[in-house]
Amino acid sequence: MALHVSSAPPISAFHHLLCFFFHDTYPEMEYASSLQRQLASMKKNLFDQGYLDEQFYQLEELQDESSPNFVEEVVTLFFRDSSRLVANIDQALQKYPQDFRRLDNIMHQLKGSASSIGAAKMKNECTSFREFCNKENREGCLRSFQKVKKEHAVLKQKLENYFQLLRQDGPVDKATRSGN
Amino acid sequence: MERPLLSARAEAFPAGLRVLVVDDDPTWLKILEKMLRKCSYEAVTTCSLATDALSMLRERKDKFDIVISDVNMPDMDGFKLLEHVGLEMDLPVIMMSIDGETSRVMKGVQHGACDYLLKPVRMKELKNIWQHVYRKKMHELKEIQTHYNNEDINILRYGSEDLDDRNLTDGITNISSARKRKDVDYKEFGDQEFGDSSRLKKARVVWSVDLHQKFVNAVNQIGLDKVGPKKILDLMNVPGLTRENVASHLQKYRLYLSRLQKQSEDSTSGGNMPSDLVNNDNVANFELTSSTNMQQCSEHTKFVGTSENLVQRIIDDAHVGDIKKIVPVQVIESEKGLISDIPSSQNVNSVPQLSALFSFKGMTPGVEEKAREPTTPKHQTLHDGAPRMQFMHYPGQGNCTMLDDYSYLSSSDQDHQVSFSLSSSSPVISTTVTNEKDMKDLSEMKPVPTDQRNAHFAVIPPVACMTGSVSLQIKHGMVHSQDAGAICKLDGSPNTKGFSTEQIDNQECLPLTCELSPKSEAELESLPGDLHLCSIQKFGCFEDVGFGGAENFQDIISTPDTQVQNDWYISSELSSDYLYETADYPLIDECLFA
Repeated sequence: MALHVSSAPPISAFHHLLCFFFHDTYPEMEYASSLQRQLASMKKNLFDQGYLDEQFYQLEELQDESSPNFVEEVVTLFFRDSSRLVANIDQALQKYPQDFRRLDNIMHQLKGSASSIGAAKMKNECTSFREFCNKENREGCLRSFQKVKKEHAVLKQKLENYFQLLRQDGPVDKATRSGN
Repeated sequence: MERPLLSARAEAFPAGLRVLVVDDDPTWLKILEKMLRKCSYEAVTTCSLATDALSMLRERKDKFDIVISDVNMPDMDGFKLLEHVGLEMDLPVIMMSIDGETSRVMKGVQHGACDYLLKPVRMKELKNIWQHVYRKKMHELKEIQTHYNNEDINILRYGSEDLDDRNLTDGITNISSARKRKDVDYKEFGDQEFGDSSRLKKARVVWSVDLHQKFVNAVNQIGLDKVGPKKILDLMNVPGLTRENVASHLQKYRLYLSRLQKQSEDSTSGGNMPSDLVNNDNVANFELTSSTNMQQCSEHTKFVGTSENLVQRIIDDAHVGDIKKIVPVQVIESEKGLISDIPSSQNVNSVPQLSALFSFKGMTPGVEEKAREPTTPKHQTLHDGAPRMQFMHYPGQGNCTMLDDYSYLSSSDQDHQVSFSLSSSSPVISTTVTNEKDMKDLSEMKPVPTDQRNAHFAVIPPVACMTGSVSLQIKHGMVHSQDAGAICKLDGSPNTKGFSTEQIDNQECLPLTCELSPKSEAELESLPGDLHLCSIQKFGCFEDVGFGGAENFQDIISTPDTQVQNDWYISSELSSDYLYETADYPLIDECLFA
């Protein structure tokens, strides 16, 4: 098939042409590609804006026939576990006097967890939190933690949207989609 | 055994590598598992608790080829787990962490990590972890070969040597373990080394209990702070032992001590201990031919707790895994009947032999003191457990004599003496014999002198085991089922050098035939009426020790029968399988400490 879907920006222009061309012949393709386009751009944004990094690609590579929903499963697992950790830190921050070692410990775990799915922004915020922790700067910790929570929430939302879209894209031939 | 399975896996190496992943982060656990499976590694098991991982590892020592663990675990420090695995199971361990600080990485390496990966871990990094497994095998084989060569030299040079030396050359455990884990798996490499592995039975320094005890004594004598490999080597005076052996063993020992100290600081009854002890039960899983041994072992190990807490701690701490090694000395099953007798008669020996073993191992100067307390003078801590050291009975001599050579255990401490009189009243009974015929003979022999001396066990140097089959039979009473197997048979031509017939004549002890392999038959008939318990040092004895220890052996083994003399010499061709199929025997082998 002449349709060559690439992940590069040219796709949009090319796609438009093709969509136009194949519109009548392959209506489903148009739909699929529209969805795929959406997905593609979503993902692109996530990477460009630094929410995700290389590790996310690794996860995608791990996905195969034996675990077709691997990425989504991992991400779900991550958010479940990380939410728990976030709550723990919240609690620990309430305490007085501050147990910085413990805080650092939990944050260390959270950071490690974030690295598992490539949550780059969140990871960075975790790092700066730990720096404040080392200096025993409570204010700094509190501020930093707010950022961590924010990144956590934002990423969660974005990925939820992404996977929702991905699921809609379900039965479509994955091969064509992979180009996105 | 899984031979067929192993072969299949071996063919495919590195595919089929069995990995254990330990990480408390469920997300990472899932990812790593997937990655490893994609590398075609097999049986990837994941654990989120370090304690779970340890028990899994202890349960089946040969179930995994490599361990990957995160540094930060909630229940146990990753480095500690690393140490345990390295000492007990001697598996390569890879550490992981999001923290790549140099100090952490260094710490990992110090504790024995093969590698230190930074999270996020890439698949390509995991693809090559098999190299650590391979490297380890190569290394071990090389060691075996070196020692094998050394042993030959020693035999030539030293002729009859003391028992300790035999321990040295006793590569059985090494070989077995080497074979067990590596042989079939690596056949495909077609390496000369690998191919010769079956031939390289001995050679590796086996840090048997005795040898280690000697080491510890030497260290204590010199003083831990002033100690150095050369000094220790000189003090130990074990031919064939190289400075390097001592050096590496010393290093391990130091690590071990520091760990002990830390533990004692944490004190409590050693939180890990109980669980560690429990692992002794795992010993039962140990692939010894004698299942009874196993049970006994576990039972015995329990004793440890009762009698010598300290020893127990040591044992636990040190090397629960070792227990496994040590215990299964015998290949031959000891009769259940006997075994059951043993425990009862063993009152005195509250401490299982195992504990004794461990006490040696774990002895530090301070520890030693404590460890001594519980042992009754009569009993050697060793003896209750299977690895009882059995000594030839010296009719006219006290326990000490025999043990002189072996009493490195404690300078003069009777507690530690290898030859201890069995306080148990039950007379020494014919140990279980592997062969029925033997059994018969044994029972006839019963002569077992009723006097307590019979309780003494003669230490039968491994040398005694000639044809490579050493059957350790549990000598009655003292013998725990574990011990039960060995009847040392002295077949073969002894190294006549040290052998003095007269001594033998004087001795009433009869060496029992050690038959480990079906091929050699216990020559019970050669045993004189009196049954002498021959205790074979399980640890490492049977190997072809060559002549080492022949001297002592002579002393120890007294048999009117000249045949005995012949039996001593163990041909160097002792096949490892004669002792334990389960390879992982032995004794505190180098893996432990070295």
